Amino acid sequence: MTTITTPPMTPTAPERMVVNIGPQHPATHGTFRIECVLEGERIIESRTEIGYLHRCFEKMSETHDYWGVIPYTDRLNYCSPMINGVGYAMAVEKLLGITIPKRAQYIRVILSELSRIMDHMVCVGTSLVDLGAITNFWYSFRAREVIYDLLEACCGSRLTVSYVRIGGLAADLPPGWVEHCRKLIRKDIPQAISELDKLNLKNPIFRLRGQGVGVMPRERAIAWGWTGPCARASGVDYDVRRDIPYYDYDQFDWIVPVEQGGDVFSRYQVRMEEMRQSLRIIEQYLDHLPGGPVIVDDRRIALPPKNEVYTNIEALMAHFKLIMHGILPPPGEVYSCVEGGNGELGFTIISDGTRKPYRVKVRPPCFAVFQAFDEMLRGIVIADVVAILGSLNIIAGELDR
Amino acid sequence: MSETMGPAAANPTERLLKEELGDRVLAASESHGDLAVEIRPEALLAAARLLKEHPALDYCYLMDIAAVDHLGQDPRFAVLYNFYSLRHGHRVRIRVRVPEDAPVLDSLYSLWPAADWFEREAWDLMGVQFRGHPRLVRILTHPEFVGHALRKDYHSAERHRLSRTYDLFLEEKAGAPPAE
Repeated sequence: MTTITTPPMTPTAPERMVVNIGPQHPATHGTFRIECVLEGERIIESRTEIGYLHRCFEKMSETHDYWGVIPYTDRLNYCSPMINGVGYAMAVEKLLGITIPKRAQYIRVILSELSRIMDHMVCVGTSLVDLGAITNFWYSFRAREVIYDLLEACCGSRLTVSYVRIGGLAADLPPGWVEHCRKLIRKDIPQAISELDKLNLKNPIFRLRGQGVGVMPRERAIAWGWTGPCARASGVDYDVRRDIPYYDYDQFDWIVPVEQGGDVFSRYQVRMEEMRQSLRIIEQYLDHLPGGPVIVDDRRIALPPKNEVYTNIEALMAHFKLIMHGILPPPGEVYSCVEGGNGELGFTIISDGTRKPYRVKVRPPCFAVFQAFDEMLRGIVIADVVAILGSLNIIAGELDR
Repeated sequence: MSETMGPAAANPTERLLKEELGDRVLAASESHGDLAVEIRPEALLAAARLLKEHPALDYCYLMDIAAVDHLGQDPRFAVLYNFYSLRHGHRVRIRVRVPEDAPVLDSLYSLWPAADWFEREAWDLMGVQFRGHPRLVRILTHPEFVGHALRKDYHSAERHRLSRTYDLFLEEKAGAPPAE
Protein backbone atom coordinates (compact mmCIF):
# COMPACT_ATOMS: atom_id res chain seq x y z
CA MET A 1 0.00 0.00 0.00
CA THR A 2 1.32 3.36 -0.89
CA THR A 3 0.80 6.47 1.07
CA ILE A 4 -0.11 9.63 -0.69
CA THR A 5 1.77 12.62 0.52
CA THR A 6 0.72 16.06 -0.48
CA PRO A 7 3.49 18.56 -0.98
CA PRO A 8 3.61 21.17 1.74
CA MET A 9 1.94 24.48 0.95
CA THR A 10 4.55 27.10 0.26
CA PRO A 11 3.71 30.76 -0.04
CA THR A 12 4.38 31.92 -3.55
CA ALA A 13 4.84 35.42 -4.78
CA PRO A 14 1.45 36.77 -5.71
CA GLU A 15 0.80 36.55 -9.41
CA ARG A 16 0.78 39.84 -11.22
CA MET A 17 -1.73 40.61 -13.87
CA VAL A 18 -2.36 43.59 -16.10
CA VAL A 19 -5.94 44.69 -16.50
CA ASN A 20 -6.87 47.19 -19.13
CA ILE A 21 -9.96 49.34 -18.53
CA GLY A 22 -11.21 51.30 -21.51
CA PRO A 23 -11.03 53.17 -23.83
CA GLN A 24 -14.52 51.81 -24.43
CA HIS A 25 -15.78 50.77 -21.06
CA PRO A 26 -19.22 51.42 -19.59
CA ALA A 27 -17.71 53.11 -16.53
CA THR A 28 -15.54 55.57 -18.43
CA HIS A 29 -18.60 57.37 -19.89
CA GLY A 30 -16.32 58.60 -22.61
CA THR A 31 -13.04 57.42 -23.98
CA PHE A 32 -9.95 57.08 -21.89
CA ARG A 33 -7.91 54.15 -20.74
CA ILE A 34 -6.55 52.96 -17.43
CA GLU A 35 -4.00 50.20 -17.27
CA CYS A 36 -3.62 48.55 -13.88
CA VAL A 37 -1.08 46.07 -12.58
CA LEU A 38 -2.76 43.86 -10.05
CA GLU A 39 -1.47 41.65 -7.30
CA GLY A 40 -4.51 39.63 -6.45
CA GLU A 41 -7.22 42.26 -6.36
CA ARG A 42 -4.96 45.10 -5.32
CA ILE A 43 -3.58 47.66 -7.75
CA ILE A 44 0.12 48.20 -7.35
CA GLU A 45 0.58 50.51 -10.28
CA SER A 46 -1.54 52.11 -12.93
CA ARG A 47 -1.20 54.33 -15.91
CA THR A 48 -3.89 56.58 -17.29
CA GLU A 49 -3.99 57.38 -20.95
CA ILE A 50 -6.12 60.12 -22.45
CA GLY A 51 -6.43 61.82 -25.81
CA TYR A 52 -8.93 59.49 -27.47
CA LEU A 53 -11.44 62.32 -27.82
CA HIS A 54 -9.00 65.05 -28.83
CA ARG A 55 -10.77 67.09 -31.49
CA CYS A 56 -8.30 69.98 -31.84
CA PHE A 57 -10.61 72.53 -30.22
CA GLU A 58 -7.77 74.98 -29.67
CA LYS A 59 -6.32 74.63 -33.17
CA MET A 60 -9.76 75.00 -34.71
CA SER A 61 -10.49 78.12 -32.67
CA GLU A 62 -7.56 79.84 -34.37
CA THR A 63 -9.21 79.44 -37.75
CA HIS A 64 -12.65 80.78 -36.78
CA ASP A 65 -14.08 84.19 -36.07
CA TYR A 66 -14.60 84.97 -32.41
CA TRP A 67 -18.28 84.07 -32.63
CA GLY A 68 -17.50 80.94 -34.67
CA VAL A 69 -15.86 79.31 -31.67
CA ILE A 70 -19.08 79.33 -29.64
CA PRO A 71 -20.62 76.15 -31.14
CA TYR A 72 -17.42 74.23 -30.38
CA THR A 73 -17.53 75.23 -26.72
CA ASP A 74 -20.75 73.24 -26.35
CA ARG A 75 -18.70 70.13 -27.03
CA LEU A 76 -16.23 70.68 -24.21
CA ASN A 77 -18.12 69.61 -21.10
CA TYR A 78 -21.17 68.27 -22.87
CA CYS A 79 -23.00 67.68 -19.60
CA SER A 80 -23.24 71.40 -18.94
CA PRO A 81 -22.70 73.02 -22.36
CA MET A 82 -24.14 76.39 -21.41
CA ILE A 83 -21.40 77.11 -18.84
CA ASN A 84 -18.65 76.60 -21.43
CA GLY A 85 -20.22 79.12 -23.76
CA VAL A 86 -20.59 81.62 -20.94
CA GLY A 87 -16.95 81.10 -19.94
CA TYR A 88 -15.71 81.67 -23.46
CA ALA A 89 -17.89 84.70 -24.10
CA MET A 90 -16.84 86.22 -20.78
CA ALA A 91 -13.19 85.93 -21.76
CA VAL A 92 -13.76 87.64 -25.11
CA GLU A 93 -15.86 90.34 -23.44
CA LYS A 94 -13.04 90.92 -20.96
CA LEU A 95 -10.70 91.35 -23.91
CA LEU A 96 -13.12 93.81 -25.51
CA GLY A 97 -13.57 95.62 -22.20
CA ILE A 98 -17.37 95.60 -22.34
CA THR A 99 -20.07 94.93 -19.79
CA ILE A 100 -23.08 93.07 -21.05
CA PRO A 101 -26.66 94.09 -20.13
CA LYS A 102 -27.94 92.97 -16.73
CA ARG A 103 -30.70 90.88 -18.23
CA ALA A 104 -28.21 88.90 -20.31
CA GLN A 105 -26.01 88.38 -17.25
CA TYR A 106 -28.91 87.08 -15.21
CA ILE A 107 -30.17 84.75 -17.91
CA ARG A 108 -26.64 83.42 -18.32
CA VAL A 109 -26.50 82.70 -14.60
CA ILE A 110 -29.92 81.05 -14.50
CA LEU A 111 -29.07 78.77 -17.42
CA SER A 112 -25.59 78.06 -16.04
CA GLU A 113 -27.06 76.99 -12.72
CA LEU A 114 -29.63 74.81 -14.46
CA SER A 115 -26.75 73.28 -16.39
CA ARG A 116 -24.85 72.69 -13.17
CA ILE A 117 -27.82 70.78 -11.79
CA MET A 118 -27.86 68.73 -14.98
CA ASP A 119 -24.16 68.08 -14.73
CA HIS A 120 -24.41 66.90 -11.14
CA MET A 121 -27.50 64.83 -11.94
CA VAL A 122 -25.57 63.01 -14.66
CA CYS A 123 -22.61 62.48 -12.36
CA VAL A 124 -24.64 61.21 -9.44
CA GLY A 125 -26.97 59.11 -11.57
CA THR A 126 -24.36 57.40 -13.70
CA SER A 127 -21.82 56.88 -10.93
CA LEU A 128 -24.48 55.09 -8.92
CA VAL A 129 -25.36 52.96 -11.93
CA ASP A 130 -21.71 51.93 -12.01
CA LEU A 131 -22.10 50.79 -8.42
CA GLY A 132 -25.13 48.73 -9.34
CA ALA A 133 -27.79 51.14 -8.10
CA ILE A 134 -29.61 51.55 -11.37
CA THR A 135 -32.82 53.04 -9.96
CA ASN A 136 -31.14 56.37 -9.30
CA PHE A 137 -30.57 56.81 -12.97
CA TRP A 138 -34.27 57.22 -13.70
CA TYR A 139 -34.76 59.82 -10.96
CA SER A 140 -31.77 61.90 -11.96
CA PHE A 141 -32.31 61.69 -15.69
CA ARG A 142 -35.96 62.65 -15.43
CA ALA A 143 -34.91 65.89 -13.74
CA ARG A 144 -32.26 66.41 -16.37
CA GLU A 145 -34.86 65.96 -19.07
CA VAL A 146 -37.06 68.79 -17.79
CA ILE A 147 -34.03 71.08 -17.74
CA TYR A 148 -33.26 70.10 -21.31
CA ASP A 149 -36.78 71.20 -22.17
CA LEU A 150 -36.08 74.59 -20.61
CA LEU A 151 -32.89 75.00 -22.64
CA GLU A 152 -34.63 73.83 -25.77
CA ALA A 153 -37.32 76.46 -25.31
CA CYS A 154 -34.62 79.17 -25.24
CA CYS A 155 -32.49 78.17 -28.17
CA GLY A 156 -34.07 75.26 -29.99
CA SER A 157 -31.60 72.59 -29.00
CA ARG A 158 -31.04 70.47 -25.97
CA LEU A 159 -27.32 69.92 -25.81
CA THR A 160 -25.57 71.99 -28.46
CA VAL A 161 -27.14 75.19 -27.22
CA SER A 162 -24.88 77.88 -28.78
CA TYR A 163 -27.10 80.37 -26.97
CA VAL A 164 -24.53 82.94 -25.93
CA ARG A 165 -23.18 85.60 -28.23
CA ILE A 166 -20.20 87.84 -27.70
CA GLY A 167 -21.87 90.71 -25.85
CA GLY A 168 -24.97 88.92 -24.63
CA LEU A 169 -27.35 86.25 -25.84
CA ALA A 170 -28.77 85.16 -29.17
CA ALA A 171 -32.36 85.87 -28.16
CA ASP A 172 -34.50 86.75 -25.20
CA LEU A 173 -36.37 84.13 -23.18
CA PRO A 174 -39.57 82.93 -24.83
CA PRO A 175 -42.90 84.07 -23.31
CA GLY A 176 -43.95 82.11 -20.25
CA TRP A 177 -40.47 80.70 -19.71
CA VAL A 178 -39.90 82.29 -16.31
CA GLU A 179 -43.16 80.90 -14.92
CA HIS A 180 -42.41 77.46 -16.30
CA CYS A 181 -38.89 77.53 -14.88
CA ARG A 182 -40.19 78.63 -11.50
CA LYS A 183 -42.63 75.75 -11.42
CA LEU A 184 -39.87 73.24 -12.17
CA ILE A 185 -37.37 74.59 -9.67
CA ARG A 186 -40.02 74.62 -6.95
CA LYS A 187 -41.48 71.20 -7.56
CA ASP A 188 -39.99 68.78 -10.07
CA ILE A 189 -36.29 69.33 -9.52
CA PRO A 190 -36.26 69.57 -5.69
CA GLN A 191 -38.42 66.47 -5.62
CA ALA A 192 -35.92 64.58 -7.74
CA ILE A 193 -33.08 65.73 -5.49
CA SER A 194 -34.81 64.67 -2.31
CA GLU A 195 -35.84 61.34 -3.81
CA LEU A 196 -32.25 60.69 -4.82
CA ASP A 197 -31.09 61.53 -1.32
CA LYS A 198 -33.69 59.23 0.19
CA LEU A 199 -32.37 56.40 -1.93
CA ASN A 200 -28.73 56.97 -1.12
CA LEU A 201 -27.94 59.06 1.93
CA LYS A 202 -28.65 56.33 4.47
CA ASN A 203 -28.17 53.45 2.10
CA PRO A 204 -25.71 51.07 3.83
CA ILE A 205 -24.44 49.62 0.55
CA PHE A 206 -23.64 53.02 -0.88
CA ARG A 207 -22.03 54.11 2.37
CA LEU A 208 -19.83 51.02 2.37
CA ARG A 209 -18.83 51.61 -1.21
CA GLY A 210 -18.29 55.34 -0.74
CA GLN A 211 -17.04 56.17 2.72
CA GLY A 212 -13.28 56.12 3.05
CA VAL A 213 -12.92 55.11 -0.60
CA GLY A 214 -10.79 57.19 -2.95
CA VAL A 215 -9.72 59.64 -0.27
CA MET A 216 -7.94 62.74 -1.54
CA PRO A 217 -6.38 64.75 1.29
CA ARG A 218 -6.85 68.52 1.16
CA GLU A 219 -3.18 69.38 0.60
CA ARG A 220 -2.80 66.91 -2.24
CA ALA A 221 -6.01 68.14 -3.86
CA ILE A 222 -4.59 71.67 -3.96
CA ALA A 223 -1.20 70.46 -5.15
CA TRP A 224 -2.81 68.61 -8.05
CA GLY A 225 -4.81 71.69 -9.00
CA TRP A 226 -8.20 70.27 -8.04
CA THR A 227 -11.09 72.72 -8.06
CA GLY A 228 -14.85 72.38 -8.02
CA PRO A 229 -16.98 69.79 -6.21
CA CYS A 230 -14.15 67.26 -5.95
CA ALA A 231 -11.88 69.79 -4.21
CA ARG A 232 -14.71 71.01 -1.98
CA ALA A 233 -15.34 67.44 -0.90
CA SER A 234 -11.71 67.41 0.26
CA GLY A 235 -12.15 70.52 2.38
CA VAL A 236 -10.92 73.14 -0.12
CA ASP A 237 -13.21 76.12 0.37
CA TYR A 238 -12.90 77.61 -3.10
CA ASP A 239 -15.60 78.50 -5.58
CA VAL A 240 -15.01 80.89 -8.47
CA ARG A 241 -18.56 82.23 -8.15
CA ARG A 242 -17.89 83.47 -4.64
CA ASP A 243 -14.15 84.18 -4.67
CA ILE A 244 -13.82 85.90 -8.04
CA PRO A 245 -17.44 86.98 -8.29
CA TYR A 246 -19.02 87.70 -11.65
CA TYR A 247 -22.58 88.52 -12.67
CA ASP A 248 -23.64 89.54 -9.13
CA TYR A 249 -23.10 86.12 -7.56
CA ASP A 250 -21.86 87.96 -4.46
CA GLN A 251 -25.12 89.91 -4.17
CA PHE A 252 -27.31 86.92 -3.45
CA ASP A 253 -27.82 84.54 -0.59
CA TRP A 254 -26.29 81.09 -1.08
CA ILE A 255 -23.47 79.07 0.38
CA VAL A 256 -20.58 76.99 -0.88
CA PRO A 257 -20.91 73.48 0.54
CA VAL A 258 -17.66 71.98 1.79
CA GLU A 259 -17.09 68.48 3.13
CA GLN A 260 -13.99 67.16 4.86
CA GLY A 261 -14.08 63.46 4.00
CA GLY A 262 -12.42 63.70 0.59
CA ASP A 263 -13.96 60.37 -0.37
CA VAL A 264 -16.56 59.15 -2.85
CA PHE A 265 -19.36 59.74 -0.37
CA SER A 266 -18.27 63.34 0.35
CA ARG A 267 -18.20 64.10 -3.35
CA TYR A 268 -21.74 62.81 -3.59
CA GLN A 269 -22.81 64.99 -0.64
CA VAL A 270 -21.20 68.12 -2.09
CA ARG A 271 -22.87 67.61 -5.46
CA MET A 272 -26.29 67.06 -3.87
CA GLU A 273 -25.97 70.20 -1.76
CA GLU A 274 -24.70 72.22 -4.71
CA MET A 275 -27.84 71.33 -6.62
CA ARG A 276 -29.95 72.70 -3.77
CA GLN A 277 -27.86 75.85 -3.68
CA SER A 278 -28.20 76.23 -7.43
CA LEU A 279 -31.97 76.12 -7.01
CA ARG A 280 -31.73 78.89 -4.42
CA ILE A 281 -29.59 80.95 -6.80
CA ILE A 282 -32.01 80.46 -9.70
CA GLU A 283 -34.99 81.41 -7.57
CA GLN A 284 -33.34 84.70 -6.53
CA TYR A 285 -32.14 85.55 -10.02
CA LEU A 286 -35.62 84.91 -11.39
CA ASP A 287 -37.06 87.25 -8.76
CA HIS A 288 -34.61 89.99 -9.69
CA LEU A 289 -34.56 89.39 -13.44
CA PRO A 290 -34.47 92.89 -14.97
CA GLY A 291 -36.01 93.90 -18.28
CA GLY A 292 -34.17 95.43 -21.19
CA PRO A 293 -32.03 94.12 -24.01
CA VAL A 294 -30.10 90.84 -23.91
CA ILE A 295 -27.18 91.97 -26.05
CA VAL A 296 -24.98 95.05 -26.09
CA ASP A 297 -25.97 97.94 -28.28
CA ASP A 298 -22.62 98.17 -30.02
CA ARG A 299 -22.50 97.70 -33.77
CA ARG A 300 -18.85 96.61 -33.65
CA ILE A 301 -19.81 93.59 -31.56
CA ALA A 302 -23.48 92.72 -31.97
CA LEU A 303 -25.60 92.49 -35.08
CA PRO A 304 -28.46 95.02 -35.36
CA PRO A 305 -32.02 93.72 -34.93
CA LYS A 306 -33.26 91.98 -38.05
CA ASN A 307 -36.24 94.28 -38.65
CA GLU A 308 -33.89 97.27 -38.71
CA VAL A 309 -31.58 95.55 -41.17
CA TYR A 310 -34.46 95.26 -43.61
CA THR A 311 -35.73 98.80 -43.15
CA ASN A 312 -32.78 101.00 -42.27
CA ILE A 313 -29.71 101.56 -44.43
CA GLU A 314 -27.43 102.24 -41.48
CA ALA A 315 -28.38 98.98 -39.78
CA LEU A 316 -27.88 97.14 -43.06
CA MET A 317 -24.39 98.58 -43.40
CA ALA A 318 -23.57 97.73 -39.80
CA HIS A 319 -24.77 94.18 -40.40
CA PHE A 320 -22.65 93.80 -43.51
CA LYS A 321 -19.62 95.35 -41.91
CA LEU A 322 -19.74 93.08 -38.90
CA ILE A 323 -20.23 89.96 -41.00
CA MET A 324 -17.46 90.93 -43.43
CA HIS A 325 -14.88 92.07 -40.90
CA GLY A 326 -15.84 90.24 -37.73
CA ILE A 327 -15.39 91.31 -34.15
CA LEU A 328 -11.97 92.93 -33.76
CA PRO A 329 -10.77 92.94 -30.15
CA PRO A 330 -7.66 95.01 -29.40
CA PRO A 331 -4.39 93.07 -29.17
CA GLY A 332 -3.99 91.61 -25.72
CA GLU A 333 -3.97 88.60 -23.48
CA VAL A 334 -6.60 87.65 -20.91
CA TYR A 335 -7.41 84.82 -18.58
CA SER A 336 -10.98 84.55 -17.47
CA CYS A 337 -12.66 81.82 -15.50
CA VAL A 338 -16.08 80.64 -14.43
CA GLU A 339 -17.20 77.90 -12.08
CA GLY A 340 -17.92 75.01 -14.40
CA GLY A 341 -19.65 71.78 -13.45
CA ASN A 342 -16.31 70.31 -12.39
CA GLY A 343 -14.49 73.38 -11.14
CA GLU A 344 -12.58 76.31 -12.49
CA LEU A 345 -13.09 76.48 -16.24
CA GLY A 346 -10.61 79.00 -17.56
CA PHE A 347 -10.01 80.50 -20.98
CA THR A 348 -6.75 82.16 -21.94
CA ILE A 349 -7.35 84.18 -25.09
CA ILE A 350 -4.68 86.04 -26.99
CA SER A 351 -5.70 88.53 -29.63
CA ASP A 352 -3.45 90.02 -32.28
CA GLY A 353 -6.11 92.50 -33.33
CA THR A 354 -7.47 90.44 -36.20
CA ARG A 355 -10.89 88.81 -36.51
CA LYS A 356 -9.68 85.40 -35.34
CA PRO A 357 -8.25 84.57 -31.93
CA TYR A 358 -4.47 84.15 -32.08
CA ARG A 359 -4.57 81.53 -29.36
CA VAL A 360 -7.29 80.01 -27.22
CA LYS A 361 -6.25 77.84 -24.31
CA VAL A 362 -8.81 76.10 -22.17
CA ARG A 363 -8.16 75.18 -18.59
CA PRO A 364 -10.44 72.16 -18.24
CA PRO A 365 -11.18 71.36 -14.59
CA CYS A 366 -11.28 67.61 -15.31
CA PHE A 367 -7.75 67.67 -16.65
CA ALA A 368 -6.30 68.70 -13.29
CA VAL A 369 -8.57 66.30 -11.41
CA PHE A 370 -7.83 63.28 -13.55
CA GLN A 371 -4.05 63.62 -13.48
CA ALA A 372 -4.14 62.58 -9.83
CA PHE A 373 -5.92 59.35 -10.70
CA ASP A 374 -2.84 57.11 -10.77
CA GLU A 375 -1.93 58.31 -7.30
CA MET A 376 -5.45 57.57 -6.07
CA LEU A 377 -5.42 54.04 -7.44
CA ARG A 378 -2.21 52.90 -5.80
CA GLY A 379 -2.98 50.21 -3.25
CA ILE A 380 -6.74 50.04 -3.64
CA VAL A 381 -8.80 47.08 -4.81
CA ILE A 382 -9.88 47.04 -8.42
CA ALA A 383 -13.58 47.11 -7.60
CA ASP A 384 -13.15 50.61 -6.24
CA VAL A 385 -11.76 51.98 -9.50
CA VAL A 386 -15.25 52.33 -10.92
CA ALA A 387 -16.58 53.91 -7.73
CA ILE A 388 -13.85 56.54 -7.68
CA LEU A 389 -13.98 57.21 -11.39
CA GLY A 390 -17.71 57.87 -11.25
CA SER A 391 -17.36 60.24 -8.32
CA LEU A 392 -14.79 62.40 -10.15
CA ASN A 393 -17.13 63.02 -13.10
CA ILE A 394 -14.45 62.93 -15.77
CA ILE A 395 -15.91 64.29 -19.00
CA ALA A 396 -13.76 63.22 -21.93
CA GLY A 397 -14.95 66.09 -24.12
CA GLU A 398 -13.44 68.65 -21.81
CA LEU A 399 -10.49 66.47 -20.80
CA ASP A 400 -9.19 66.02 -24.36
CA ARG A 401 -10.83 69.02 -26.05
CA MET B 1 -15.79 80.43 6.84
CA SER B 2 -14.12 81.68 3.71
CA GLU B 3 -10.38 81.22 3.41
CA THR B 4 -10.02 83.95 0.85
CA MET B 5 -10.01 87.67 1.30
CA GLY B 6 -10.98 88.56 -2.25
CA PRO B 7 -8.91 90.31 -4.85
CA ALA B 8 -9.28 93.74 -3.25
CA ALA B 9 -6.24 93.58 -0.96
CA ALA B 10 -3.12 95.06 -2.55
CA ASN B 11 -1.15 92.46 -4.44
CA PRO B 12 2.55 92.47 -3.45
CA THR B 13 3.50 89.90 -6.09
CA GLU B 14 5.13 92.28 -8.56
CA ARG B 15 7.18 94.05 -5.87
CA LEU B 16 8.40 90.83 -4.25
CA LEU B 17 9.30 89.25 -7.59
CA LYS B 18 11.34 92.32 -8.52
CA GLU B 19 13.09 92.28 -5.16
CA GLU B 20 13.98 88.63 -5.50
CA LEU B 21 14.86 88.46 -9.18
CA GLY B 22 16.14 91.96 -9.92
CA ASP B 23 16.68 92.49 -13.63
CA ARG B 24 15.54 88.97 -14.38
CA VAL B 25 12.04 90.45 -14.28
CA LEU B 26 11.62 91.78 -17.79
CA ALA B 27 8.23 93.43 -17.63
CA ALA B 28 5.14 93.65 -15.50
CA SER B 29 1.75 94.82 -16.61
CA GLU B 30 -1.77 94.93 -15.38
CA SER B 31 -4.11 94.73 -18.33
CA HIS B 32 -7.80 93.83 -18.22
CA GLY B 33 -7.39 93.40 -14.46
CA ASP B 34 -4.88 90.55 -14.82
CA LEU B 35 -1.41 90.92 -13.36
CA ALA B 36 1.15 89.53 -15.78
CA VAL B 37 4.87 89.40 -15.07
CA GLU B 38 7.41 88.45 -17.69
CA ILE B 39 10.62 86.92 -16.42
CA ARG B 40 13.76 85.44 -17.95
CA PRO B 41 13.48 81.67 -18.50
CA GLU B 42 16.39 80.78 -16.21
CA ALA B 43 14.61 82.55 -13.33
CA LEU B 44 11.49 80.42 -13.60
CA LEU B 45 12.26 77.98 -10.82
CA ALA B 46 13.40 80.74 -8.44
CA ALA B 47 10.26 82.74 -9.19
CA ALA B 48 8.03 79.71 -8.76
CA ARG B 49 9.61 78.85 -5.44
CA LEU B 50 9.11 82.40 -4.21
CA LEU B 51 5.48 82.42 -5.33
CA LYS B 52 4.81 79.19 -3.53
CA GLU B 53 6.78 79.65 -0.34
CA HIS B 54 6.67 83.35 0.53
CA PRO B 55 3.91 83.78 3.16
CA ALA B 56 2.71 87.06 1.64
CA LEU B 57 2.26 85.34 -1.72
CA ASP B 58 1.35 81.74 -0.91
CA TYR B 59 0.34 80.73 -4.42
CA CYS B 60 -0.78 77.22 -3.58
CA TYR B 61 -2.46 76.63 -6.95
CA LEU B 62 -0.82 76.19 -10.31
CA MET B 63 -3.99 76.61 -12.30
CA ASP B 64 -2.91 76.39 -15.88
CA ILE B 65 0.03 76.34 -18.25
CA ALA B 66 -0.56 77.75 -21.71
CA ALA B 67 2.08 77.63 -24.43
CA VAL B 68 1.88 80.16 -27.26
CA ASP B 69 3.67 80.21 -30.60
CA HIS B 70 4.63 83.73 -31.70
CA LEU B 71 5.93 82.63 -35.09
CA GLY B 72 8.18 85.26 -36.63
CA GLN B 73 9.18 86.78 -33.31
CA ASP B 74 12.29 86.06 -31.35
CA PRO B 75 12.10 84.33 -28.90
CA ARG B 76 9.43 82.34 -30.66
CA PHE B 77 7.52 80.63 -27.85
CA ALA B 78 5.84 82.00 -24.76
CA VAL B 79 4.68 79.89 -21.86
CA LEU B 80 2.08 81.37 -19.51
CA TYR B 81 1.74 80.05 -15.98
CA ASN B 82 -1.40 80.92 -14.05
CA PHE B 83 -1.13 80.89 -10.29
CA TYR B 84 -3.79 81.41 -7.68
CA SER B 85 -3.47 82.02 -3.96
CA LEU B 86 -6.27 80.55 -1.92
CA ARG B 87 -5.32 82.52 1.17
CA HIS B 88 -4.94 85.95 -0.41
CA GLY B 89 -7.26 85.55 -3.39
CA HIS B 90 -4.51 86.85 -5.68
CA ARG B 91 -3.79 85.75 -9.19
CA VAL B 92 -0.70 86.19 -11.28
CA ARG B 93 0.33 85.12 -14.74
CA ILE B 94 4.02 84.50 -15.25
CA ARG B 95 5.17 84.76 -18.84
CA VAL B 96 8.39 83.16 -20.01
CA ARG B 97 9.75 83.37 -23.56
CA VAL B 98 11.92 80.60 -25.00
CA PRO B 99 13.70 80.53 -28.38
CA GLU B 100 12.94 78.15 -31.21
CA ASP B 101 16.34 76.42 -31.17
CA ALA B 102 16.21 75.65 -27.43
CA PRO B 103 12.62 75.63 -26.20
CA VAL B 104 13.53 74.28 -22.78
CA LEU B 105 12.26 75.31 -19.35
CA ASP B 106 12.57 73.91 -15.87
CA SER B 107 9.70 71.69 -14.87
CA LEU B 108 7.54 72.85 -11.98
CA TYR B 109 6.50 69.29 -11.18
CA SER B 110 8.63 69.21 -8.02
CA LEU B 111 6.71 72.20 -6.62
CA TRP B 112 3.24 71.49 -7.97
CA PRO B 113 2.38 67.99 -9.20
CA ALA B 114 -0.35 69.79 -11.15
CA ALA B 115 2.36 70.66 -13.66
CA ASP B 116 2.48 67.01 -14.73
CA TRP B 117 -0.16 66.90 -17.44
CA PHE B 118 -0.12 70.61 -18.24
CA GLU B 119 3.58 70.36 -19.13
CA ARG B 120 3.03 67.19 -21.09
CA GLU B 121 0.34 68.98 -23.06
CA ALA B 122 2.65 71.93 -23.76
CA TRP B 123 5.29 69.48 -24.97
CA ASP B 124 2.85 67.48 -27.07
CA LEU B 125 1.07 70.33 -28.80
CA MET B 126 3.73 73.06 -28.82
CA GLY B 127 7.06 71.25 -28.48
CA VAL B 128 8.26 73.05 -25.37
CA GLN B 129 10.44 70.80 -23.22
CA PHE B 130 10.54 70.72 -19.45
CA ARG B 131 13.75 69.76 -17.71
CA GLY B 132 13.16 67.49 -14.73
CA HIS B 133 9.68 66.30 -15.66
CA PRO B 134 9.37 62.64 -14.60
CA ARG B 135 7.72 61.44 -17.80
CA LEU B 136 7.56 64.00 -20.57
CA VAL B 137 5.69 62.06 -23.25
CA ARG B 138 2.84 63.00 -25.56
CA ILE B 139 -0.54 63.13 -23.90
CA LEU B 140 -3.27 64.06 -26.37
CA THR B 141 -1.75 62.72 -29.59
CA HIS B 142 -0.39 59.23 -30.24
CA PRO B 143 3.27 58.15 -29.96
CA GLU B 144 3.93 58.17 -33.73
CA PHE B 145 2.62 61.69 -34.19
CA VAL B 146 5.13 63.92 -35.99
CA GLY B 147 5.50 67.58 -35.06
CA HIS B 148 3.53 69.70 -32.62
CA ALA B 149 0.00 70.42 -33.65
CA LEU B 150 -0.55 73.86 -32.12
CA ARG B 151 2.51 75.43 -33.71
CA LYS B 152 1.54 78.03 -36.26
CA ASP B 153 3.60 76.32 -38.96
CA TYR B 154 1.93 72.94 -38.41
CA HIS B 155 -0.50 72.39 -41.24
CA SER B 156 -3.80 71.05 -39.98
CA ALA B 157 -4.27 68.86 -43.08
CA GLU B 158 -1.31 66.67 -42.13
CA ARG B 159 -2.17 63.12 -41.16
CA HIS B 160 -0.15 60.68 -39.09
CA ARG B 161 -1.38 57.14 -38.82
CA LEU B 162 -0.27 54.55 -36.33
CA SER B 163 1.81 51.92 -38.13
CA ARG B 164 1.27 49.09 -35.68
CA THR B 165 -0.60 48.01 -32.60
CA TYR B 166 0.95 48.70 -29.24
CA ASP B 167 1.26 46.37 -26.28
CA LEU B 168 0.17 47.45 -22.85
CA PHE B 169 2.81 49.70 -21.26
CA LEU B 170 2.80 47.96 -17.96
CA GLU B 171 2.90 44.38 -19.25
CA GLU B 172 6.64 44.21 -18.93
CA LYS B 173 6.68 45.55 -15.41
CA ALA B 174 4.13 43.00 -14.35
CA GLY B 175 6.33 40.17 -15.60
CA ALA B 176 3.49 38.70 -17.60
CA PRO B 177 4.15 37.10 -20.99
CA PRO B 178 3.70 39.53 -23.86
CA ALA B 179 0.38 39.48 -25.65
CA GLU B 180 0.26 37.38 -28.79
